[in-house]
Amino acid sequence: MIEIQNIEKHFGDNHVLKNVSFTFEKGKTNLIIGESGSGKTILIKILIGLHEMDNGTVLFDGVDFNAIKIKEQRRLRQEIGMLFQAGALYDYMTVEENIMFPLSMFTDKTEKEKLERVNFCLKRVNLEGKNNLLPAELSGGMTKRVAIARAIVMQPKYLLCDEPNSGLDPKTAIIIDNLIQEITKESNITTIVNTHDMNSVMEIGENIAFINHGEIWWTGNKNELLNSDNKELNNFVFASELFKRLKQ
Amino acid sequence: MMKKVISTPEKWSVFRKQLVLEMEKVGLNSVGLVIILSFFVGAVVSIQTSINMTSPLLPSYLIGFASRDSLILEFSPTMISLILAGKVGSSIASEIGSMRVTEQIDALEIMGINSASFLILPKIIAAIFFFPFLIIMSMGIGMIGAWAGGLSAGITTADFMEGLKYDFNSFYITYAVIKTVCFAFIISSVSAYYGYHTKGGAIAVGKSSTTAVVASSILILLFNYLLTDIMLS
Repeated sequence: MIEIQNIEKHFGDNHVLKNVSFTFEKGKTNLIIGESGSGKTILIKILIGLHEMDNGTVLFDGVDFNAIKIKEQRRLRQEIGMLFQAGALYDYMTVEENIMFPLSMFTDKTEKEKLERVNFCLKRVNLEGKNNLLPAELSGGMTKRVAIARAIVMQPKYLLCDEPNSGLDPKTAIIIDNLIQEITKESNITTIVNTHDMNSVMEIGENIAFINHGEIWWTGNKNELLNSDNKELNNFVFASELFKRLKQ
Repeated sequence: MMKKVISTPEKWSVFRKQLVLEMEKVGLNSVGLVIILSFFVGAVVSIQTSINMTSPLLPSYLIGFASRDSLILEFSPTMISLILAGKVGSSIASEIGSMRVTEQIDALEIMGINSASFLILPKIIAAIFFFPFLIIMSMGIGMIGAWAGGLSAGITTADFMEGLKYDFNSFYITYAVIKTVCFAFIISSVSAYYGYHTKGGAIAVGKSSTTAVVASSILILLFNYLLTDIMLS
C-alpha cells in the first residue's frame, strides 16, 4: 500500500499539486486519471523521489520515503518497478540484457539463474525468443512489454506505470492493460497506473483518483465513475461522442 | 555532483563491464583518427620547418629536432586533446543527454542505482587511462609522418634521426602525459556534466553537446597555459 498525504508542489508561480492525499491499495490496479498537464506525471515522479515536493508525505507500507536515508531510499527503490511512458529501455543493450540488468546489479544469481528469470519474464509478457533484439528493432507494444518485463524481473512490491498505453493501438493497449492487471493480481502488489485513456479506466480501474488542476476532485472505482454526477469528471470521462452515447 | 560521481560502484562486476565498454568507445574508437591526424600533421610540420630553414648555416638535423619538440610539447597533447574534445566530448554529452531526455537515467534512479556514478565514472576513468596512450601513439606516428615529410623535402634519414635524438629532454614526455591526463579529465567530466543536466528534447541534446565541446576546448586552452607556465617556466 502507498499513501500520499497533503502533497504540495510548485514550479515557480505555477501551483501544480494542491494538498493531494490518496491511498493506493495493495492487490488493486490504482489509477490516476486526468487531463494532460493536470499533474499526474509529477505526482508519480514525486512518489518515487524523482521530483522533490514542497510539502507532504509519501508512505510505502508505512515507511516515510523522504524521512529515510539515501541508501535506504535506494534499497526501497529496488522494490519498485517502473514502466515509463516511452519504455526507457537502454539503447545499447539487447532485450535480454535490459531485463537482466537489475538482476546483475542487485542479486548474486548465477548467469543460468538470471537467464531463467529473464526467460520467465519474457514468457509472461508473451515475448519468448526475443532475447537478442535491440530496442530499436521493437514495435511500440513490444517496447512496453519489454519494459514491463524489466519492471517485474526483481519481483517488486510496487509497480508504477506512467501512461502505459500512449502511442499504442486500442487492441495492443488492452493487452498491456490486462497484463498489468494480471501481474497485480498474481503477485498481490500495489500498482499505480497514470493514464488519460478511458478504455484503460473501464478495463482495469479498481481504485481511481481523478486529478484536475492539481487537486483530487473525485475518487472511486470504474462502476462508480459511470454513475458519478461530478461535472468536471463527466466532462473529462465522457468527452468523446462515443462515451457520451454509451452513458446515455 | 562530483561527490555523487566519485563513489564506490554498486557492483564491481557490472562496473568492470562498463569500463571495458567505455575504453572501447572513448579510446579504441579514436585510434584511427589519431593515427591519420598525427601522420599528416607530422609530415606538414617537417616540410614547413624545412621550407623556413633556408640558411646554409642551419644544420639539416634541426628539422627532426623541431618536429620532435613541436609534436611532443604541443601538437600531440594539446591539439589532439582539442580534437578529442570534439569527438569524444560531443559523444559523451549527446549519449548521456539522450539518456536523460528518454528517461533512461530516471529508470536507473528508480532501480536504486546512483546514475551519475554508473554513467560518468567509467567514462572519466577510461579517458584518464586511455588518452595518454593515444597521445604517446600520436607522438610516434607524428614522428614517422615528419620523417616521411622530411624525405620528400630532401632531408636524409640519418639527419632526421640525429635531430630526433639531439638534446632530448625526457621530462617533455612527462609534461605531455600530465597535460593529457588533465585534459582527459576536463573532456570527460565537462561533457558528462552538460549531458547529465540536459533538459528538453532533441534540440536540447544538440545544445548540450555543442556547449560541452566549447566549454571543454576553452578549459583545455586555459589549463594548457597554466600547466605550461607551472611546469616549463
